[in-house]
Amino acid sequence: MSPESPRSDGAAVKAPADRDVDAIRVEQLTRRFGDLVAVDSLSLSVRRGELFGLVGPDGAGKTTTLRVLAGVLRPSAGVAIVGGIDVARDPEGVKGQLAYMSQRFGLYADLTVIENLEFYADLYRVPRGERAARLARLFRFSGLEPFRDRLAGKLSGGMKQKLGLSCALIHEPEILLLDEPTFGVDPISRRDLWLIVHEMVARGVTVVVSTAYMDEAERFDRLAMIHRGRLLALDTPDALRRGLAGEILAVRVAAGRARAARDAARAIPHVRRVAIFGDRLHLTIGSAAAEGPAVVAALRGAGFPAAESEPIEPSMEDVFIDKIGADAETTGGITRSGA
Amino acid sequence: MSGPGGIDPTAEVNDRAVVVEDLTRRFGSFVAVDHVTFDVRRGEVFGFLGPNGAGKTTTIRILAGLLVPTSGRGTVAGFDITRDTEAIKRNIGYMSQLFSLYNDLTVEENIRFFSGLYGVPRERREARRDWVLEIARLEGERRRVTGELSLGYKQRLALGCAVLHEPPVLFLDEPTSGVDPISRRSFWDLIYHLAGEGTTVFVTTHYMEEAEYCNRLALMNRGRLIALDAPERLRAGMREPLLQIRTNASARVVEALEKTPEVIEVGMFGRAVHATVRDLSRGRDAVHAALDSRAIPYESIEEIPPSLEDVFISRVHEEGGAPDE
Repeated sequence: MSPESPRSDGAAVKAPADRDVDAIRVEQLTRRFGDLVAVDSLSLSVRRGELFGLVGPDGAGKTTTLRVLAGVLRPSAGVAIVGGIDVARDPEGVKGQLAYMSQRFGLYADLTVIENLEFYADLYRVPRGERAARLARLFRFSGLEPFRDRLAGKLSGGMKQKLGLSCALIHEPEILLLDEPTFGVDPISRRDLWLIVHEMVARGVTVVVSTAYMDEAERFDRLAMIHRGRLLALDTPDALRRGLAGEILAVRVAAGRARAARDAARAIPHVRRVAIFGDRLHLTIGSAAAEGPAVVAALRGAGFPAAESEPIEPSMEDVFIDKIGADAETTGGITRSGA
Repeated sequence: MSGPGGIDPTAEVNDRAVVVEDLTRRFGSFVAVDHVTFDVRRGEVFGFLGPNGAGKTTTIRILAGLLVPTSGRGTVAGFDITRDTEAIKRNIGYMSQLFSLYNDLTVEENIRFFSGLYGVPRERREARRDWVLEIARLEGERRRVTGELSLGYKQRLALGCAVLHEPPVLFLDEPTSGVDPISRRSFWDLIYHLAGEGTTVFVTTHYMEEAEYCNRLALMNRGRLIALDAPERLRAGMREPLLQIRTNASARVVEALEKTPEVIEVGMFGRAVHATVRDLSRGRDAVHAALDSRAIPYESIEEIPPSLEDVFISRVHEEGGAPDE
């Protein structure tokens, strides 16, 4: 493939219109480690200013993809263009365009919060005159100001993540790549991390975030669901939900009876899938309005009267299961991941 | 056995796997667990949530017989948490996200190793091994090296090893972190199977998608129990309405709403801003006024149903915020 080939209409070599739309373009990207195919013919593009999610379980290929985009790993095959630069040809050039926060971001445990920030500001050559304003903004969203003189090694896990993110952001990159920034972080710190991310997005930065947590998928403008190195689906959260066949009816049964009720529900013709959540069953059926009453009646007939039942919005987890479902159900609901 | 007043207490007591009353644990002047009272019925899946430092781990360590309380009383599987800690240790199972499986042993060898460790009687070991292989659906993998298994398999094997000695009470720490959703549901099927047979299961997690699987959730903050109910009832019981503001200027909206007294909590959610308010109509008016007076553009303001995470954050905030804040 040759991105520099002249076009018949005589337009510029790199069409400015494309560059305006796509901050990142990945075509048929493959990355192998020995026999293991960590990323398998992945194609996607991220628009400028977009908050984009790479969503999938551990071993899906999220980290490998981000490391290729960051210029840290070379692709085995395919192309990745980041900020107009081909990462395979110019990995150093790419690094100037972006900030990449890996899962093990290099904080200095024996430096204080402010010393770490100053260190990264030096490293990224942030002009002295701009530092105070940037620090003030990062402190405002991270809530780290009261801890500015605490050693980084003495921070809680959530605060370390916030400090790592703040260090990555000190040079105001155009593109931000975050590898599982919320992993192992409690919900309160997680909210602060998202606040920092959303603030960057509001300022026009393109942000790609990987996560294994399906409930975080709702936050993205668009997301790529990735499984075993391959793209399962790519769209907005709403469109992914709308694309789900059927609706979900949540039914509460008597305490301790959910398993037996689940087995009974599986025998009801309208019910395509059943999952237990505590004392509730989530029943995937064609239409909650049309089939719900019959399903509830059939459950009652089987000895499981529903204390409550209500149609609920499908979650991203439901969508993900739907996308890999057909494949997995043939192997008994168990998936084998390659990595 | 006949209790005071002629009431036979055994039926009820047998139905409660864990009972704690006024549980308190101090470390010096720090009160890690502060007068916590709850009970858990046999076969219940009980979730423990809370920010770091909330007292979850200390509570679990007391229930596991690893720590004794400073004051208060309780029983785990009928054993006293102050006097019978050795018996408690023998009657619980524990699985953490950093499971202790040996990657270079086969599935069967891991099961054999943990059978020995947990003192499963020799004559029972074969039956227990087959039971674990069956319920964890690992029969086909029995001779595979554990390190080659996918995460979902490893999690089920770790769980199987944790219950080889048939403990009535099982503790799980973020058991399905990072696994794909199908493997997660398959893992929870196994949990519900164990619960159906009478095992009481404690789950500690930071993730609402795990919390949703519990029968009831206990939310802790600053050593105290601040909420306890079924997940959907916690959602339905959130007192403060949640507003979603659609806008292109989310950073400015957040800044404005942080200064608005009617707004309790504000956060960004994708392109939108979520604001918890004290009262729906007054809150909505206050948000309109705050944005209009600053000429901040927005598309819509609407009430939305809270997520479990919204409930969590709102409750923690009501109770004085997280310890780190």
